[in-house]
Amino acid sequence: MLISSLGQGLLWAPLAIGVFITFRILDIPDLTTEGSFPFGAAVAVSLMLKGQSAITAALAGFIAGCLAGLITGILDTKLHIPSLLAGILTMTGLYSINMHIMGKSNVPLLNEKVLTEYLPAGWSLEIQTIVLGLIVTVIVVTILYLMFKTRLGLSLMATGNNKNMSAANGINTDGMIIFGYMISNGFIALSGALIAQSNGYADIGMGIGTIVIGLASVLVGEIFLRGHNILTRLIAMVVGAIVYRLLLTVAMGLGFPPDDLKILSAVILIIVICVPIIQTRIRTKRQLKKYLEQMEDKTDEGITSETPTKGILSRN
Amino acid sequence: MKVLQVKHLQKVFFPGTDNERHVLKNINLEVDEGDFISVIGNNGAGKSTLLNTIAGTLHADAGEIDLASHNVSKKSIAYRSRWMSRVFQDPKMGTAGDLTVMQNLVLAQSHTNTINLKWYQRKGDVEEYQELLKTLNMGLENFMDTQVKYLSGGQRQALSLLMATLSKPKLLLLDEHTAALDPKTSQEVMKITNEMVQKEHLTTMMITHKMSDALKYGNRLVMVQDGQIKLDVKGDKKDSLDTAQLLQAFE
Repeated sequence: MLISSLGQGLLWAPLAIGVFITFRILDIPDLTTEGSFPFGAAVAVSLMLKGQSAITAALAGFIAGCLAGLITGILDTKLHIPSLLAGILTMTGLYSINMHIMGKSNVPLLNEKVLTEYLPAGWSLEIQTIVLGLIVTVIVVTILYLMFKTRLGLSLMATGNNKNMSAANGINTDGMIIFGYMISNGFIALSGALIAQSNGYADIGMGIGTIVIGLASVLVGEIFLRGHNILTRLIAMVVGAIVYRLLLTVAMGLGFPPDDLKILSAVILIIVICVPIIQTRIRTKRQLKKYLEQMEDKTDEGITSETPTKGILSRN
Repeated sequence: MKVLQVKHLQKVFFPGTDNERHVLKNINLEVDEGDFISVIGNNGAGKSTLLNTIAGTLHADAGEIDLASHNVSKKSIAYRSRWMSRVFQDPKMGTAGDLTVMQNLVLAQSHTNTINLKWYQRKGDVEEYQELLKTLNMGLENFMDTQVKYLSGGQRQALSLLMATLSKPKLLLLDEHTAALDPKTSQEVMKITNEMVQKEHLTTMMITHKMSDALKYGNRLVMVQDGQIKLDVKGDKKDSLDTAQLLQAFE
């Protein structure tokens, strides 16, 4: 159970990282996710059925996601449509596009060679999935880590943090936002392509709830790993995706039917949004209490030394 | 040489509605290299609109803006930033709070080169920036890797100022940049501003509501009243002005 959620979690990690880029770096809740995830799956599966290799198909899925992000980015920055609505528009449009690509609502892979089959056949499927997931995750995290160390990455972070200041410092903020949308949705679609290969089919409904999964993974990851170092934050996303899968597997083990998974996802998201807030509140209260006690001790000492008989703070 | 030429600038807000307001009425302004201009005027007189139009936050409805001999009337803020820097009134506006002091300085330095795949942090940079931060006398050199949001308002504004001058702009715009600070910090930041402007010979336009600052600093004073330039004095004539005369001009 643990092993299988580890593998699945790693395949979902690019989704968490994609959502992290828009949600945390650009500070935009991007709903394109729900369309770009099945878009990546549809493109990958269709290409494989047409005889392309699994690697080409996964890369094409990534590029497809970038295109979806490009559309949302243009709607947001050039046409000034609010980002939430821009995402909804792209997502809605992508439903039809996905149907056109797939031809029907569910397309199974036949005997095409999926990515895991490039690994030694002696390994069990679960080990293969973990190794594949690790390879993909390491590549994605490395590329992004290096990117965020360059001037380009710094400009991207600055744009998300303070658009006015970035523009005043010569950054083409519209371009940066579009770029952010593109790589974010690229990774989300890559995740879709990987999941489709792992499941053995692409389904028109597989995008439903992915934004909730992505956001929950981001927040779970941040509960486990904190820090403002970009590498820590990226690894936190991977951890988040894995822990989230584990939570779902545990819930399934408790006997929840698959139909209840969506409401479960929603509940998990609500919990992980609330946990950090409560955590901080408790911590602040404790620190404050400690600080005030110290202050009191100090005043007590001061008073006893000056007025040895009766202190103002003593009860008698 | 003229650093900035503003010709027949017009700006109308909400045209065609009941709220129509003609904010800039045919403004003409020439700024020479080395000028340090204090811009004063009532609230709503149009001085902030003028500055925003020059900076590119607002676009002029008519007229032309030439910046360092480039017509920038229709250009973006980012394009104009090649020759111009700006310090905002709100200390939070001029710096990226989630980024470190170091990262903010890097952003400010390589103005024209914002998209490339070179490492943004190179060896030797840290020391170089620390030296610069020491000149501010605010202890910022010890906070290179601190996120800017943890700094005080005065420290943030001093950092904004340093960032604005780092790229040696042809024109420095200061938009009531001490107004959000307490009197003492405000004075300190104003002092640093003056030192920097003098040292780098920066051409500067500074909006201020403080008569005393307007009189004390700079070689030129421009008063904006009802969307027009009502007073424009320079050199000796400016030096001989006093608060009473200035208040009279406001009438």
